[in-house]
Amino acid sequence: MIALTDVHKSFGENEVLKGISASVHKGEVVCIVGPSGSGKSTILRCINGLESYDRGEISVEGLKVDRDAPSIVAIRTQVSMVFQRFNLFPHRTVLENVVEGPLYVKKEPRAVALERGRALLAEVGLAEKADAHPPQLSGGQQQRVAIARALAMQPKAILFDEPTSALDPELVGDVLGVMRKLADDGMTMVVVTHEMGFARDVADRVLFIDDGVIVEQGQAKAVLNQPQHPRTQDFLRRVLHLL
Amino acid sequence: MRGFWHDTVEFFPILMNGVALTIVVTIGSLLLSTVLGLVWAMMRVSGIKVLSTISASVINVIRGIPIIVLLFYLYFVMPDLGVTLSALQAAILGLGIAYSAYQAENFRAGIEAIDKGQVEAAQSIGMGWWLTMRRVVLPQAVRIVLPPYGNVMIMMLKDSSQASTITVAELALQGKLIASSTFKNTNVFTLVALMYLTMSIPLILLVRHFEKRVGKK
Repeated sequence: MIALTDVHKSFGENEVLKGISASVHKGEVVCIVGPSGSGKSTILRCINGLESYDRGEISVEGLKVDRDAPSIVAIRTQVSMVFQRFNLFPHRTVLENVVEGPLYVKKEPRAVALERGRALLAEVGLAEKADAHPPQLSGGQQQRVAIARALAMQPKAILFDEPTSALDPELVGDVLGVMRKLADDGMTMVVVTHEMGFARDVADRVLFIDDGVIVEQGQAKAVLNQPQHPRTQDFLRRVLHLL
Repeated sequence: MRGFWHDTVEFFPILMNGVALTIVVTIGSLLLSTVLGLVWAMMRVSGIKVLSTISASVINVIRGIPIIVLLFYLYFVMPDLGVTLSALQAAILGLGIAYSAYQAENFRAGIEAIDKGQVEAAQSIGMGWWLTMRRVVLPQAVRIVLPPYGNVMIMMLKDSSQASTITVAELALQGKLIASSTFKNTNVFTLVALMYLTMSIPLILLVRHFEKRVGKK
């Protein structure tokens, strides 16, 4: 459903992606792990055209991703994104945040969008916060609203860019719980994360990225429990505090 | 100040005609400068090189010309080019254009103060440039922009007096005409100053209200 073929990307002199090839199938949960600055987030941002890429090709359901082409809107409505820093619209209520895309991009009838918006908020456990404004919520609550906002587009896949990295430790669990439920429901997910427990339990596959290349990939449990490549072994030792 | 009250009663009605024109010039040029300023600012942040270059050049040209020269140009030079404007039209147009440069810079600062994550979130749910501006960026930028916008309103009220140089009989020119025909300079100009001040006070209070609201958020 999502396919990357030899994708290269540079920021000025700095080449952050050095030939990434990967695919994500329908219903699959793929976690991307690796050190900071390895290009993990850039991959996600290239998939929905927030960032352009220099060489290679990315396609979503057979449609080439080109951030300057009109087709990018179709891709973005099919592939939602959840950001590290939530990026909710602070001037709108929680419910308005959720229905913004359905109402103004997909032009759904108001009643339909509002009804689904309320149902989604209930699903992420925030039904009673519908009329609050985002700054009044905790980070964990904001991120769950952001997930509801992504779901409201009825996407075929969701990209998660370090969704729990900006959260206090005690709030991480709620967000991961919602994501776990999504995975169980069969949502296609690409998750950049440092939560190795989540990756091991929920992901079908794991890509380990370092310095702009995929160093190792495979079944989540295999890569995380018995990493083959020394760089993967080293990285896992560090994040699991086994040093 | 001898006979100030007597003079006030006598000149007040004539000066009120000036006040009416002052208000017309101020509101007219405020509206024009807001619309033009918004256009320049949007061009500037559009991300399209040609548009942002044009906008930057226009702003610099406008900023580099004194308002009074702009007014002379519109009122005295344009007829030579076949465009004849009434004094009032030229005043509103001139002040509107002159202030559009400041409005544009103010609007641009407000737009650029919005977190980039907001734009990305909007894009990620499929919003195009214009929808992102209208639904996400501008509503948040307004709060930031309002206090300086209020200050521009006060400055425009006072600078509307420059319209007197191209024969618009607004408050300052009415005062000057009365003073030069009665020689009661002190009383007349004191009265004129008080009338400008009276018009400014509601605007000053409005700015303070805007500032409080921004501080709260």
